[in-house]
Amino acid sequence: MSGLHIVVCGSIVPDPLQTLEPVTTPAGPGLKNEMMLPAILDPWAGHALFEAANLAKSVAGSKVYLVSLGPKAKLQQVMMTIGQKAPFELVVADGPASGFTDAAEVAAELAAAIEAIPGLDKSQLLVFGGWQSASRGAGATLQMLGERLGITDQFQGVDEIKMQADGSFTVLERIEGGSYQLSSCAGTPAVLGWATGNLPEPPNNPQIGMANMRLIMPALQKAKPAKVSTGEVSFVAVELPKQVRETRVVKDMALEEMAKEIVDWIRG
Amino acid sequence: MEILRTLPGDDVRQIMWRYADRFDLQMAIQSARSIARGLVARLVADGQRNTHEWTPRKAELLTAFDQSGLTALYMDPEDGGFIAGPKNLALSLVALELAWVDGGSATCSLASNLALAPIHEKGTPEQRHAYMGGCVPPQPGEDRVVKRGAFALTEALPYIGVDTGVVSGRVRVSDWQDGQEPMLQVEKRGRFITNMDFATFVTAAVDSDDPRIKGSCMVILEESDPGTFDRGTPTKKMVHQLSSTCDPVLNLTIPASRIIGGYEVRDGVIVPNFSHGEIIGSVFHRTRIPVGLMSSVKLLSAVEPVIRYHRNRFRGGDAAQPGTPRFDLGLQQKEDALQRLVDVWATGEAGMSLGLAAARLADEFDPIERAKDALLAERGVVGVRAQMSALRKVQAQAIEYVELLNAPVGKRDEARFQELDADALAKFVGLDALSNVLIPACKLWCTGQTAVMMREAVALVGGYGITEDCPGFLFQKWNDAQLEATYEGPEAVQRRHLTATMNNPVFLASLHAWVRELKDLAKTRPGLGAGVLATGLELWAWTLDHLQNATDPEGRKLYHNKRQGVTFPLADALCWLLGPYFLLKDILELEAKGGDNPVVADGLQGLVTFFLDLFHVQAARGTGEAGRLCAELVYGFRSPGQKCCAVGDAECVGPEELAHFVHLRSKADMCFTGSRLSKDRAGLALSQVMIPEALDYPI
Ligand SMILES: Cc1cc2nc3c(=O)[nH]c(=O)nc-3n(C[C@H](O)[C@H](O)[C@H](O)COP(=O)(O)OP(=O)(O)OC[C@H]3O[C@@H](n4cnc5c(N)ncnc54)[C@H](O)[C@@H]3O)c2cc1C
Repeated sequence: MSGLHIVVCGSIVPDPLQTLEPVTTPAGPGLKNEMMLPAILDPWAGHALFEAANLAKSVAGSKVYLVSLGPKAKLQQVMMTIGQKAPFELVVADGPASGFTDAAEVAAELAAAIEAIPGLDKSQLLVFGGWQSASRGAGATLQMLGERLGITDQFQGVDEIKMQADGSFTVLERIEGGSYQLSSCAGTPAVLGWATGNLPEPPNNPQIGMANMRLIMPALQKAKPAKVSTGEVSFVAVELPKQVRETRVVKDMALEEMAKEIVDWIRG
Repeated sequence: MEILRTLPGDDVRQIMWRYADRFDLQMAIQSARSIARGLVARLVADGQRNTHEWTPRKAELLTAFDQSGLTALYMDPEDGGFIAGPKNLALSLVALELAWVDGGSATCSLASNLALAPIHEKGTPEQRHAYMGGCVPPQPGEDRVVKRGAFALTEALPYIGVDTGVVSGRVRVSDWQDGQEPMLQVEKRGRFITNMDFATFVTAAVDSDDPRIKGSCMVILEESDPGTFDRGTPTKKMVHQLSSTCDPVLNLTIPASRIIGGYEVRDGVIVPNFSHGEIIGSVFHRTRIPVGLMSSVKLLSAVEPVIRYHRNRFRGGDAAQPGTPRFDLGLQQKEDALQRLVDVWATGEAGMSLGLAAARLADEFDPIERAKDALLAERGVVGVRAQMSALRKVQAQAIEYVELLNAPVGKRDEARFQELDADALAKFVGLDALSNVLIPACKLWCTGQTAVMMREAVALVGGYGITEDCPGFLFQKWNDAQLEATYEGPEAVQRRHLTATMNNPVFLASLHAWVRELKDLAKTRPGLGAGVLATGLELWAWTLDHLQNATDPEGRKLYHNKRQGVTFPLADALCWLLGPYFLLKDILELEAKGGDNPVVADGLQGLVTFFLDLFHVQAARGTGEAGRLCAELVYGFRSPGQKCCAVGDAECVGPEELAHFVHLRSKADMCFTGSRLSKDRAGLALSQVMIPEALDYPI
């Protein structure tokens, strides 16, 4: 089997510890001070990226691309961490990474960015991403992206991929009721929307970082502007999920006691 | 008017502190941050600071530093590091990221570098390669154990402490066969030696106890050397418990090739190329900068937890209803709670700006120092005296250089500046004079004032402030600052250093250039606070000049290194003024360049206004403190019998020779105009700034 071309689609989301306050902007709904809030790589995309890097290591000659649609100045900050975690080449489409943009428009931009990657071999292509994102849980983007790229073997809620020597692979997908579905696929290309996967976040490795940066910085500089908007969608109201806070802060409580309390609560 | 919208993030700091184009540094910061707010915070939250011993959990720090590249940060790429060139700024930024959560973890990350520093600065090429390379964690496929170092200067009482001349560590020849390398016997009893629990080698200061060895030197001791390598008992320290400290007893036989910097044999005597004094001089010059920054950053780290505590103070239960000011603002309804936090923040900003200016200067200075050494060697100028004399000859050019360096770029003689900038000797003398003030000032002021102002931060959290549950570990940070003020040279050492350097005409030329710059700014942008700082600096310079010429009633010179009662407060006075100056420079940089970054451009005006208010607050405070100290020194050494003036107390206008001082003092007072309005505005901004929902590290 020759090397895989793994394209991971993922962008940034505001750091979840920040105060996220919906506001109306001329471009549709947004978050208060969104541009100024520190961002992180979307955690679902993060799982996809780490799985991609791991897979690429096991199949000689493989290559990982991270395709990101997001504001490039903010992406650059996030790359200072993510760029140290796994070897990849960055492709940037400079546009909003908001949770309110239209998934179809985003998929179109991503498809265009992927099609434009020089030397990409579509027959060896695996498109990875999150099965949903931390800013928008619709789970729609990857499916539309796959369709646009003509890739119809699609898996969502993936926790594992196992490659065989002949290029076929098996995929473990989450399905309802806490169960898994095991599928086998004859070979690339395919789209995989990752759930959490099985890998921990790799520690930062500055040697990888320095090597990646040689390509990341030029990629950020030559990022093409991407036009995405809220599309046809009009938002009537936007609000954060209501927080029900009946929190008690308890130190040093035994795990069994905690579990018991939760069970009692569920039983009512 | 736009006000501060969010707490300043990385994009803002990268511009202010001038590393926006250094992705190597930005990556190192992110690595340090993830360790600080993850592992380090968990260790503190889990009570690991409650033990003096070096525990397996604390040792996880070393693995984390190794894995994420922080251990190798100090090394050059040829030795396995990843940052080329000087690394003062890099080490400072990493140390302050760790100290944002816990100072001891920062000390732990720096201590091996301190052990390496004598080798890095003065070691032979072989020593440098063996130890710098050996301290890089093994790469995949390599089979070796990483070296870790400890730096042993301080000795069991009554020997080395502040006074580094009273060495009790001994070196003598144990065996010297003809034509073979001499073997040395080294005895050293260290006190408070960091990293000692796990160090595999120690760089130790020792003195000769043998006529066949000349003077003092530093040596490298390995744990595998024959003899005693007793790590000693852990120090029962009440701070920085995430670093290891012990009192080791070392008695080992080593080859003479372990003398740092090598030696010559002259007339049957081993003559080390460098004394221990020469080595520690060059080491400490740089390593003190991160320590100052580790302190100042604590003040910045206190802002968010204090705001959150104040805002949430009355939420929950029925103490206040949502929508009421009491619910929304909590203690931030009270002016004092806001304004004391402004003081804490402003002190932190000033310290950071001063320390990072020192770090950048040290980075710029390192290659110039080497160029100077090479040039002098090429000209055959050898020996300390000959070098000093050669450098004195370029003092006039150095003065011209620092004046041009500090002049506005469009208005100075650019051709002349470039010419002097290319003159290694003039540039060396210019930058040397500056760094010889900025570095001790950073260590002295940042640590000392943090120890004072962290107490304010702790007080702002009330009873919680002094409990283990205080968010942001404020109590520990307050205590830790006291150690930072002590190790690597307590405050007395820094004041002594400043006594010898702050009257250097080259530094004074720079200071006067700053005054001109600030006065120009005060004209074009009145109300900023540039005027009050300019007056403070003028007042200080006048006082220095006066004290250098004045005598006490017994006719004894006032400015003299024996008179610490004169020189030390004057050093303190200067330090109060340096922080605000560099803070202003950083804010102006942000104002000029922030617009180019879309992230910073959004909200830039409010941010700059807020920072300028902090500057104004700190400039007024600095000038106030400096003015008070200067007044005590100028008047305080006049005898009570010496009348101020002929007219008597009621209408006293001061003696004639002090007329200019009197004028500057009253001008300084008037220059406070608007500074409290700035504080009002800054306080208001703190009541409105958006902060995260929760702290990003556990409590
Ligand atoms: C946790 C910790 C870690 C340390 N790590 C190391 C290490 O790794 N390696 C190492 O070598 N050392 C280390 N030290 C030692 C540290 O550098 C010394 O404690 C410090 O230099 C002061 O020495 P001393 O404690 O003997 O104070 P002393 O010399 O006894 O001074 C005490 C005080 O007396 C006054 N004083 C002394 N001399 C003068 C003077 N000439 N003029 C005016 N006032 C004066 C000052 O107020 C001074 O603070 C560490 C210390 C601690 C606490």
